Amino acid sequence: MYRLLRQIAKTGIVSESPPPPDETLRRIEQQLGEVILKHFGRALAIRHVDAGSCNGCELEIHTMNGPYYNLENLGIKFVASPRHADLLLVTGPVSRNMELALKRTYEATPDPKLVVAIGDCGCSGGIFGESYASCGRISNVIPVDVAVPGCPPTPTALMQGILTAITPGGRDRA
Amino acid sequence: MTELALQTQPVAGAMPAFRATVGAAELRGVCEKARAHQARLVALWGSDETPRGGGYALHLALALRSGLMWLTLPLAREHPRYPSIVDIYPCANRMQRAAYDLVGIHAQDGPDRRKWVRHRAWPGGVFPLRKEFAIGTNYPPSDDRYPFVKVEGEGVHEIPVGPVHAGTIEPGHFRFSVVGEKILRLEERLCYKHKGVEKLFETMTLAEGARLAGRISGDSTVAYAWAYAMAVEGATATEPPRRALGLRAIMLELERIANHLGDLGYLGNDVAFSFGFFQFWRLKEDLLRLHGELFGHRYLMDQIVPGGVARDLPREHAERLLARLEQIQSEVIALKAIYDDHAGAQDRFIMTGQVLPELAEKMGLAGFAGRASGVKHDLRVDYPVPPYQQAGVRMAAHTRGDVAARVAVRFDEIFESLRLVQTLAGQLAPGEIRAPLADCPAGNCGVGWVEGWRGEVLIVLDSADANRIHRAHAHDPSWQNWPLVERAVLGNIVPDFPLINKSFNLSYSGQDL
Repeated sequence: MYRLLRQIAKTGIVSESPPPPDETLRRIEQQLGEVILKHFGRALAIRHVDAGSCNGCELEIHTMNGPYYNLENLGIKFVASPRHADLLLVTGPVSRNMELALKRTYEATPDPKLVVAIGDCGCSGGIFGESYASCGRISNVIPVDVAVPGCPPTPTALMQGILTAITPGGRDRA
Repeated sequence: MTELALQTQPVAGAMPAFRATVGAAELRGVCEKARAHQARLVALWGSDETPRGGGYALHLALALRSGLMWLTLPLAREHPRYPSIVDIYPCANRMQRAAYDLVGIHAQDGPDRRKWVRHRAWPGGVFPLRKEFAIGTNYPPSDDRYPFVKVEGEGVHEIPVGPVHAGTIEPGHFRFSVVGEKILRLEERLCYKHKGVEKLFETMTLAEGARLAGRISGDSTVAYAWAYAMAVEGATATEPPRRALGLRAIMLELERIANHLGDLGYLGNDVAFSFGFFQFWRLKEDLLRLHGELFGHRYLMDQIVPGGVARDLPREHAERLLARLEQIQSEVIALKAIYDDHAGAQDRFIMTGQVLPELAEKMGLAGFAGRASGVKHDLRVDYPVPPYQQAGVRMAAHTRGDVAARVAVRFDEIFESLRLVQTLAGQLAPGEIRAPLADCPAGNCGVGWVEGWRGEVLIVLDSADANRIHRAHAHDPSWQNWPLVERAVLGNIVPDFPLINKSFNLSYSGQDL
């Protein structure tokens, strides 16, 4: 127990401040009103859906929960069911074998909801593209609010994407 | 190849490998003989040889003491079939089913005729890895019935989990049959992430394939990129510079350290010891940030390329790396003492999710999980080729095969990899880091075989003309290990499943391809 407490004291608090939102990541105009966003901004529940990634993006999603980025400190946390979620964080490409599961997850998420597509494959289909086995980008299957490119995107970019999704503004880019 | 008394031809490349052709009548006899010589079945796959005037073919990769034996069994164009080898090598079951779904070659007398890779994306009787199948072919979703084995009896009920899971995990379906909290049976259904990787390879040149290989399983990008580069170098008779080999091994060990650090953190988290999660993820992030600075990518993606590596590690960078690793080492020593001392964590780890050595050996449990269950194989030790030959690797080993043993092996492997990076950095040869690739005629073969952090990764290549790919097969050790997760959970309670699963941390993407 002594060693454990000493390690905690020695480590201190390593969490860093979050990045600002990034309007260039927004895909469609913010549909939600200020009142809803104010609530989301204080307690956002995220459901992650891996719709067919190589698992590289998942590594960085895990990292966001680590001590440096400390996402929970911002009132943002991951939940176990889409029924509890405000935002879906989706990695891709969407494999055809995951297409139905992704649509069902989207339908199970209560309105109002947001979708953030993650990674080059989530944004464009990436190296896997569209084929007999891949539907390509996330927006080919469900509506996407914000898309964060990168292979994989850094944890900072992921946080920017999430924060952009819960910020007012944007213009219609569809 | 004396062990199997076969006529063989060597396959050029860094690892010792041989090719031989067998007839259908000999296949089972050869497999039985291989098994008697303690050879492991590394992979099984099919190919379409009709553009070359043949029919189809079944391929096996066997790990013999002298090297990798790549066996090919030519099959007829009409009704291609071969005798099942599942009774000799139980791990062949899912691979045989995948070979049918993708290439349409049929294992006769196989014990399990259910589909494996095919869900709804294409109908039965259509085979995506046949040459006549165009990669962009789109079918309306087909019927997807999959008969899980039913457990019956008083008080038995089923818990279906997935494909979308509760945590940040890859998708797959787990069907638990339980009485109360106790698991009576677990059946996995995978391949939700099948995204046509092997078909995609056939649209690429040998050089283009490297990026795709690095995205077969993101957490093992270094292992796959190296295996792919090794296969291409074998097929093109390219010798990568010695300095590049040293840098590749440094990156492979860094990938091993990063993954083990992350998983040790999650194993703490899964027993409600979140201190462990935050401490280990701090160390992992320190390492990833340095990767980003020194190599230009936090996970070292695209750093290994056919012919060598993409960028050098100058002396001052190597020194920064070693200083950081020294600091990580002292912290891991402190954290190991805390884990070892923590009665609550140890109570959850010990005797949970056990795979005994006999079962592990029979089913071919691979990688560090195998080494935690007494299966003493590590390619870095079994076939010491440069640069591991000079560095010398001490294999971690344990026999209890429970979560605690897998934790212990992971700690040991972190310490050994830290030592290896230091040794390898000290032995880095001066000179070039990349050799140009020679042109490759059609029909050249290459084998890439690398001990990744999870276990042995294999890439086998057969070239087409114009430096293109006729067939590339990628094999992840998760193929061997997933069936043992089904066994490891038996008699355990449902709430321990996440812990057991994480202690293996298998790849879905690498298996589903």
